[in-house]
Amino acid sequence: MKQFITFLKKEFAHVLRDKKTLLILFGMPIVQILIFGFALTNEVTNARILIVDQAQDDISQQIIAKISASRYFEIENIISDASQIDRAFQQGIIKMTIVFPANFSSNLAHENKGQIQLITDASDPNTANTLANYASNIIQDYQRETNTLISQPFEIRPEVRMLYNPQLKAVHNFVPGVMALVLMLVCVMMTAVSIVREKEMGTMEVLLVSPFKPILVMIAKAVPYLLLSLINMVTILLLSVFVLQLPVNGNILLLFGESTLFIITCLTVGIFISVQTSSQQAAMLISLMGMMLPTILFSGFMFPIENMPMPLQIFSNIVPAKWFYIIVKSIMIKGVGFSGIWKETLILAGITVFLLAVSLKTFKIRLS
Amino acid sequence: MDKVIQTSRLTKRFGDFIAANEITLEVFQGEIFGFLGANGAGKTTAMRMLCGLSKPTSGTATIAGFDIYKQTELIKRNIGYMSQKFSLYDDLTVLENIYFFGGIYGLSNKQLKEKSTELIERLGLKRESSKLVSSLPLGWKQKLSFSVSVLHEPRIVFLDEPTGGVDPVTRRQFWDLIYDAANKGVTIFVTTHYMDEAEYCNRISIMVDGRVEALDSPTNLKKQFNAKSMEEVFYQLARGAKRGD
Repeated sequence: MKQFITFLKKEFAHVLRDKKTLLILFGMPIVQILIFGFALTNEVTNARILIVDQAQDDISQQIIAKISASRYFEIENIISDASQIDRAFQQGIIKMTIVFPANFSSNLAHENKGQIQLITDASDPNTANTLANYASNIIQDYQRETNTLISQPFEIRPEVRMLYNPQLKAVHNFVPGVMALVLMLVCVMMTAVSIVREKEMGTMEVLLVSPFKPILVMIAKAVPYLLLSLINMVTILLLSVFVLQLPVNGNILLLFGESTLFIITCLTVGIFISVQTSSQQAAMLISLMGMMLPTILFSGFMFPIENMPMPLQIFSNIVPAKWFYIIVKSIMIKGVGFSGIWKETLILAGITVFLLAVSLKTFKIRLS
Repeated sequence: MDKVIQTSRLTKRFGDFIAANEITLEVFQGEIFGFLGANGAGKTTAMRMLCGLSKPTSGTATIAGFDIYKQTELIKRNIGYMSQKFSLYDDLTVLENIYFFGGIYGLSNKQLKEKSTELIERLGLKRESSKLVSSLPLGWKQKLSFSVSVLHEPRIVFLDEPTGGVDPVTRRQFWDLIYDAANKGVTIFVTTHYMDEAEYCNRISIMVDGRVEALDSPTNLKKQFNAKSMEEVFYQLARGAKRGD
């Protein structure tokens, strides 16, 4: 028994002295609970919407006022030209458009029936449904309130149109998310581990003494994973299109180009991690914890980012997967061309260049 | 005789700690130069500076005639290096390792073919050439590692404790390889803890607490310190050291 206690003491010493792992073991649940608690809500608030008011009369104004007062919606703009609608959706500025047709009031007056069109961006089917429901409810509310005041009750029927994904298939949502996750995991972790392995084995020194430039060492290590990831991506796409029946509305070449960029971004993250750590275990741990969790939470494919507290929203901007998710959805589901995603592309490219520069600098400092 | 290494007051500081203190030495072409010192004396720091792995804080040096600050690329092309951990990839075969290291030093395919055949013959590794390095016994790994480090015929090769952990016979065979290379004109710069190996060198320097405290041939050193063996010389010098185990 005494021997067992002695051994037990040693084991406690091991655990307690490894402060970094302790931090993760105790810190992680706290962080997760807080983040999950605050970030995860499927409720949609302050959704940006467009109103096309071609009627421009009392009733439409009243309904618009009600919508404006609702915490679920934030009116981005009120216009009268229906041709703007497509572009607004494609640019991702708004999630829903409410259209009051020109003959709205006359129809109500003469036939006691009016139609309002609700057009939603169904590339995120959950949000689309929710928003359509909220809007319908507000309209019904108005109808009920007004009808108790007038002699001839009227009926307003909202006509709902789900853009890009009329069947509200969830696959549209999670395939881009899974793509981002898989690419990120493979590229970041494998590259980081591969580089750190050279350091651990001692062969890194020999490479550094040789005329082979250090940046080429890193690039050479990243290239096999680049190819692997491209193959992975093709596999995911083939499966999604042929087995899950995901449509690809946009340019496939553009999709490949953007995916290659994202892969390179992830590889750079891997390189960055490898320069900071000296053990393979640490590299793996940081890749998994530091990359996978934020990617799942903050890329936007499981939980809408717009509904998270502001600090978390700002944080989500540095998660490369967030931008890639937007790009993939735009291309695959909305059929948007490069002009619609150049901003996100630029951000990804910027992150890549920044990380590469910092990695090189840190690497050189370590050498001297 | 050509000076392959020439340093003047080469120093490396880490904050307040002076790891290598005003190292001044010369190594001549074709020499076998032993670099001795207790653990913590600064040998590794000094060698890393000479290899271009770390930038000196002050002082000057030229390696194979190239400046240590401004011409590191040229230095790297003209030196070879064998690290303490043996520098070979365990999960690659013997041939793959030879081709890899030869390749990154810029040897052409033709050269690689010739040299690898020659190397394998000389080391008697014909049957093992397609086997993974991890399957080789330690002694063979060391010999292979050394041969790979001089594959590109550098002017000088740096060996960092190359014979750790093997029996005296194997160590002797290793030194035969070193003599072979030295006869071909390669300068050998070797650090070691084995005092009998110190006797194999043309000249030796002994570092204590960051400084070079002795530099001469083994015979002269033994006379100078009135000692019968290099071990005694070493003991006399290193005994008073403040750093180390």
